[in-house]
Amino acid sequence: MATVRIPPVLRPKTGGQPEVEAGGADVGEVLRSLTGEFPDTEAQLFGEDGELNRYVNVYLNDEDVRVLQGLETAVKDGDTVVILPAMAGGAA
Amino acid sequence: MATDTTRVQIEEIAPFEAAEEINGGDVVLIDTREPHEYQEAHLEGGKLVPPGLLADEIATAAPDKSARTILYCRSGNRSAIAAAHLQGLGYENVASMSGGILEWQEQGLPVVAAHGMTPEQRERYSRHTLLPEVGVDGQVKLLNAKVLLLGAGGLGAPTALYLAAAGVGTIGLVDDDVVDASNLQRQVIHNTERIGLPKTESARIFIEGLNPDVKVVEHNGRLDASNILDVIKDYDIVVDGADNFPTRYLLNDASVRLRKPVVSASILGFDGQISTFVPYEGPCYRCLYPTPPPAELAPSCSANGVLGVMAGTMGTLQANEVIKLILGKGNPLVGRLLLYEALGTSFTELKVRRDPECPICGEHAEEIPESEMGRFPDYDAFCAGAGGDRQTLAS
Repeated sequence: MATVRIPPVLRPKTGGQPEVEAGGADVGEVLRSLTGEFPDTEAQLFGEDGELNRYVNVYLNDEDVRVLQGLETAVKDGDTVVILPAMAGGAA
Repeated sequence: MATDTTRVQIEEIAPFEAAEEINGGDVVLIDTREPHEYQEAHLEGGKLVPPGLLADEIATAAPDKSARTILYCRSGNRSAIAAAHLQGLGYENVASMSGGILEWQEQGLPVVAAHGMTPEQRERYSRHTLLPEVGVDGQVKLLNAKVLLLGAGGLGAPTALYLAAAGVGTIGLVDDDVVDASNLQRQVIHNTERIGLPKTESARIFIEGLNPDVKVVEHNGRLDASNILDVIKDYDIVVDGADNFPTRYLLNDASVRLRKPVVSASILGFDGQISTFVPYEGPCYRCLYPTPPPAELAPSCSANGVLGVMAGTMGTLQANEVIKLILGKGNPLVGRLLLYEALGTSFTELKVRRDPECPICGEHAEEIPESEMGRFPDYDAFCAGAGGDRQTLAS
């Protein structure tokens, strides 16, 4: 099982949980297992083509999966998958 | 010339000889006086090792015992004794500068003085100048630095406070908003009395009360494609605390063009992010976030709420980054994104890589001719429907 870190903007769709345990052999499977459990997260993470949305960064531990093997990047037990959309809050 | 000091022969050299060697490079220069003397004036590149700490600190200041090592003090006595001591410790190529810094200055050779630093400034910044990483040189750099803060709100307030206290000589503030009661839960540079005043003015009043060394430049308006290059060109570093995506992308693209480092943070709820973007040395904002998220994934603090102290945590981290960039010390968050989650009090560091395909700083990014420097894409359209609808800074 991997730990998926849920960003604040997605937490309403995971019942408020900041971290969710999800199984899978690679990053894609882990995220699919997340969207299986919390279907409302699907449209935020994946486009209609099944690819990750460009505005969502996904990291395996501390590395962007874009520089690894993307959704096919292998996940080990105990790994952390971080979902990270840009935030703009600051001045106001 | 050689002097018999504690029965050891040491080499002594005149200031002009020392100057030639120093200019030639490959010299370890040691100042064997006390910290307060060092702060007043010292030779450029001189490392302070007070006589009482010689045995403890010389190995750090001069790790190579075979390197040419020149010592100086005020008039040449303490450095001669220290030179003999170092020879006893196995240093092979040590010289003491005769006449010390007094003779050096008498001959018109340059020193790093607390010039521009008044007695009041020496007192005010004494906790800085005591730090080897800052010292008088570093404090003078801070006093000469020009930093632009984008936003005088949640993040800008604590950043401005600490930069002003640190003696950053020029602080520019961009904000088109006025102080509102709902700001005061986190925007600690403003206060109840100043509700209704422009934020830039309110911040200036506070900063001037805190530190008369700081010149505050008010940019009471908002940055757009027509003015951004003019506004940022005179600053050394820009601090991004903007609350909307069009401004963040505009700032990124302009700062890459002008090669200005940007310290960028954002906050929402109990979460914060911070990174430092140094053009062409590390990734830019677009390498990290090629496209802005849609509206439902990009709520504002006014809609979502934000823990007030989050602004302080992330704003002071921004100030820390700025100070390190000015000093040229330490390891800024270049190529690293630091996440802070306040409920769990946890920090997470992620790697950010330069994107070779980045349209702004990547391998294929087009060289922008001078005539096109001030032209930018339509960021509102770029971010339209993507949560980037232009909010006022009051949002």
